[in-house]
Amino acid sequence: MLVQSFLEDRNLVIKIEGDIDHHTSEEIREKIDRDYFREKAKNIVFELSSVSFMDSSGIGMLIGRYKNIEKQGGQVAICNVSENIERIFNMSGLQKIIKCYTTLDEALKEI
Amino acid sequence: MEFDNEMNIIMDSNSRNEAFARVSVMSFVSQLDPTMADITDIKTSVSEAVTNAIIHGYNNEKGKVYLKCGYKDNNVYIEIKDDGVGINNIKEAMEPLYTSKPEMERSGMGFTVMQTFMDSLEVISEEGNGTIVKMIKKISRS
Repeated sequence: MLVQSFLEDRNLVIKIEGDIDHHTSEEIREKIDRDYFREKAKNIVFELSSVSFMDSSGIGMLIGRYKNIEKQGGQVAICNVSENIERIFNMSGLQKIIKCYTTLDEALKEI
Repeated sequence: MEFDNEMNIIMDSNSRNEAFARVSVMSFVSQLDPTMADITDIKTSVSEAVTNAIIHGYNNEKGKVYLKCGYKDNNVYIEIKDDGVGINNIKEAMEPLYTSKPEMERSGMGFTVMQTFMDSLEVISEEGNGTIVKMIKKISRS
C-alpha cells in the first residue's frame, strides 16, 4: 500500500495504491491527518483509481476523514473509483455523504 | 460435510494476516474458476470476518484465528473462528451501522457486507466463548 499526497491550491489530493483494510487504513489515516495540517489544506480529494481492494474499514476511514474535515470547514470529494471497489462503494451508500467525480480535474473544479 | 477439497489455516490475530487470509482463500477458490465479482465478494467477506476476530474477538490482543475453507460442487464454505470474548447480543451486532468501537472509526458494516456479498451467513457466539462465522457462496464459473 502506498499513499501519496500533493497540494493543488488548498485541496490536498490523496492518491492511494493497493489494499485498504483495517491494517492499512490506520497508516493511511495517520498520513492524511498529518499532511492535512502540515500543508494547511482546506479540502481533501481522494484519487482511488489504483486501489486494488477495500473492505468496510476503508469506508470507516473515508467517513472519519469526512467528519474531521467538515469540522475544519472543508469538504471531501472522491474521484476515479476503481472497478475493484465499486461494489462495496455502492453498497455502503458513501456517495450520499461524500461527492464522487469521474476525474480528478472535475473534482478539483467542483470542490 | 465431505468436501471436494478443503484447507485449514491457523494464524495469529495480527492485522497483517487480514490480507494473508483473503489472498489465501482467493487462491484456493480460484481452483473453481470463479468470476472476478465472486472472488471480490469472497475476499471482502473473509477480510471482514478476520478483522472482526482481531479487533472484537481478541480486542487487538494475541490469539489464534482459525480459517477453514472448503468447496463442494459450486458451493464455497468458509468458516472463521476465534477463541475471543464472544458476542453478547448477536442480533444487535449484526444490525447495519452498529459498532461497539466508534472511536476506532469502525463503520459498523462488517456483518452487512458478509450478508450482502455471500449467499448465507451464520454467526455462532456466546459471551466468553469465542465466535464462529460460517459463510456459503455459490459461485458462477467464469
